[in-house]
Amino acid sequence: MNDRLPILFFALVMAAIPFIPGMPPFWIVLLDNIGLAALVAMGLVLLTGVGGLTSFGQAAFVGFGAYTTAVLSATYGVSPWLTLPLSLIVSGVFAVLLGLITVRLSGHYLPLGTLAWGLGLFYLFSKLEFLGRNDGISAIPPLSIGGYRMLDPASIYFAIWVAVVLSALLTVNLLDSRTGRAIRALRRGHIAAEAFGVHTPRAKLLVFIHAAVLAGLSGWLYAHLQRAVNPTPFGAQAGIEYLFIAVVGGAGYVWGGVLGAAIVVILKEVLQSYLPLILHGSGQLETIVFGIMLVALLQLAPAGVWPWLTSLLPLRTNGKAPDTSLLLPARIRAAGASEVLLQVDKARKQFGGVIAVNNVSFDVQTREIVALIGPNGAGKSTTFNLITGVLTATAGSISVLGRKVDNAPPQEIVKLGISRTFQHVKLVPDMTVLENVAIGAHLRGQSGPIASMLRLDRADEARLLAEAARQIERVGLADQMHQLAGSLSLGQQRIVEIARALCVDPMLLLLDEPAAGLRHMEKQRLAALLRQLRDGGMSVLLVEHDMGFVMDLADRVVVLDFGTKIAEGTPATIKSNPEVIKAYLGVAA
Amino acid sequence: MNTTIMLFLIQDGITNGAIYALLGLALVLVFAVTRVILIPQGEFVTYGALTYASLASGQMPGTAKLALAMGVVAFALDVFAGRKSLHVRLIARSFLANIVLPGIVLALTLYFVAQKPPVAVSIALSLVIVAMIGLSLYRIVFQPLAHTSVLVLLIASVGCHLALQGLGLLFFGAEGQRGPAVLSTAFTAGSLRFTGQSITVYGITIAFIVGLWLFFGWTLYGKALRATAVNRLGARLAGIRTTLSGQIAFLLASVIGALSGILIVPITTLYYDTGFLIGIKGFIAAIIGGLVSYPLTAIAALVVGTVEAFSSFYASNYKEVIVFMLLIPVLLLRSLAAPAVEEEKD
Repeated sequence: MNDRLPILFFALVMAAIPFIPGMPPFWIVLLDNIGLAALVAMGLVLLTGVGGLTSFGQAAFVGFGAYTTAVLSATYGVSPWLTLPLSLIVSGVFAVLLGLITVRLSGHYLPLGTLAWGLGLFYLFSKLEFLGRNDGISAIPPLSIGGYRMLDPASIYFAIWVAVVLSALLTVNLLDSRTGRAIRALRRGHIAAEAFGVHTPRAKLLVFIHAAVLAGLSGWLYAHLQRAVNPTPFGAQAGIEYLFIAVVGGAGYVWGGVLGAAIVVILKEVLQSYLPLILHGSGQLETIVFGIMLVALLQLAPAGVWPWLTSLLPLRTNGKAPDTSLLLPARIRAAGASEVLLQVDKARKQFGGVIAVNNVSFDVQTREIVALIGPNGAGKSTTFNLITGVLTATAGSISVLGRKVDNAPPQEIVKLGISRTFQHVKLVPDMTVLENVAIGAHLRGQSGPIASMLRLDRADEARLLAEAARQIERVGLADQMHQLAGSLSLGQQRIVEIARALCVDPMLLLLDEPAAGLRHMEKQRLAALLRQLRDGGMSVLLVEHDMGFVMDLADRVVVLDFGTKIAEGTPATIKSNPEVIKAYLGVAA
Repeated sequence: MNTTIMLFLIQDGITNGAIYALLGLALVLVFAVTRVILIPQGEFVTYGALTYASLASGQMPGTAKLALAMGVVAFALDVFAGRKSLHVRLIARSFLANIVLPGIVLALTLYFVAQKPPVAVSIALSLVIVAMIGLSLYRIVFQPLAHTSVLVLLIASVGCHLALQGLGLLFFGAEGQRGPAVLSTAFTAGSLRFTGQSITVYGITIAFIVGLWLFFGWTLYGKALRATAVNRLGARLAGIRTTLSGQIAFLLASVIGALSGILIVPITTLYYDTGFLIGIKGFIAAIIGGLVSYPLTAIAALVVGTVEAFSSFYASNYKEVIVFMLLIPVLLLRSLAAPAVEEEKD
């Protein structure tokens, strides 16, 4: 991979730094602190910048890591190398406990929750007898390999930076994988990701644990660097500072966390030594400047320093086109005669007093294109949401190939081979078209997060990307494959959604206004594609307002008005149906 | 358990709870109008309390200068924002509000501080100073960010908290202060002694709860403020001045914060960083109220105050732990009860 070389270069530079003659020891101390902060910030990048979960409580996880090793190695004399896994496990277990409670919280409740338990845990650290209360624990043994004891900041330097580089590598690997795409889709809301089988609460919990384990690692190193711990560095202030680091560096970028840590730690050092001279005051003067800078940064450069820096470098590498000869196993389909694929039976959805869908029944056969039409507010999109499990029906039933699927969640529906597009495009704008489309193939890959981190997922990953590339070519967007989805026109984004839905290898494709925003030629191409899909054995159910498009394409048309089915039949019969004409044009046109 | 102790703890809890309720209300108010989760609410408390205590003891509070300094920045931003179409009237208005007014207040503060002002004057000056800081804070920090997500606003809010708390240390030093009682009368009922101070706390809290509830629930202007929070663009199209709404919210919040501070500083010693913890307890109440309900917030605040009073008696070491961990079951309930709402974030 082309992003390996800079990492190797970076690792070599960091390894060489202590050997520069005349290097002030104090700089090494600073670099140690940068490394420790970078570990926590990296986790926050994944959590906040990528996953969209803001946490003010990371300092508490650093505390779990530090106190675990402090208690075990100082009080019970356990070897520090044995306490490393234990520190990580304790952080991880608390992340699971706190995560189960907090990650389901929507929006602003989550950061507030983290702030509250962050404070609570800080007070707990400072009150518990076996953690040494406010005085903490001292005389923690140093790390040692063989007879080499890492007693001073210069000797533990390598341990810290090996941890940073390895963690960065694992995190970057994780993001560039099947699981990573699911995580990156979290920030844009969960409906689209769930429609392709992503368990969003599980994905959120995963990043939460990942961030906590990195924080725990930082805490473990911190304890053996200082060889003493007390509650102060694990309080709310520190939690806020870690978030500040991530925002400064660029919350969306793993290396932004490292850069942010460098900027903030150095800045803090400079401010602490020079501010008192300027302002003749004492105490936390640097926090004033920090606070003001944080606000200024959010107003002027909310994306952070890293993206700005990388845009200056001519490092833009074009993605490699995946090898499309690799194949994923196809879905087993019942061959032969037509049968009922989807049966909607007296489906009903009420929102309070409003009946959005009123006892609607229709079916979709195999190899058939059915159009669902009706004026605005007729209940078409609600019907889609009932079929795909986004909404649960108030009454009635929905069956796929004769099996009832009432109230199954979206993740289960997509497993049955029903995939969809959205009326309001739901792509991740800062992911490439290829990555967006590959989310569609989520369920057809097997690799988990650990495999992804260790790059054991490459064969699996190549097949997923090959499938995505094939579907992109199929819908005619091969030239845009490596562009960011957000840079495409709205019409093209709709086509990307179709490619994503095709990656499921669906039996039934649900398209919500696919032709909106397309030009005439593009519509014709879309119609040709849909016919080709039908002839290849797929069924299509589409909602569309463009009557010319629908009447040309559909085998059958179902008409809804005010939530009720008013007509069903071939396009020719629908066109002359008086009820339909009345619904669209008013009385007695 | 001794009834007297219990009554005493309850009374203590309710007095603290009333303060938390005031702060919780202010937080709900600001969130409902601007979507800002106002972490610096705690600094409004400290600033109000310590400005009042400083004035009463004849010391010059640095907050008066801060108000002027922030006013200058706000004025500069106004001029910069309106540079394409500068009107004399707009500039003059901004100059009056942002520079002349804090200037006059600073002059008054300097004048009064030399001669140990009466309690009423100290209260008035503290309230005006903190109110001006609150208004400028909105102008400088949150108005330029008004279109961004709740999370960006929250992070900015934390930044303000850091800066203001640091300034608080600079202005008031690390030592705690106490202020003179607002009302020094007292009477006893049974074994309980009610001070004029605590009665004032109850009265003001109840007045604000009823007032805010009436304002937001029943007046057109209150509804306009709420509309701003739900949909800024829509509110603007309907003719609501969203910036003014934000200013009103911050004005009210800073006044409520300062007032709470002035009310408690005669009862307990306040340090430059006490406000944050008090504010967070207000938050817990506000979150229990779902950040929308005023009555529920007030009730929750009383519960928080009482739990705190009891835990400080029975497990004083774990007082803060218990209070903050109180939030976890609440969040758990909220997350189970709240349906998963699709939120488009950026």
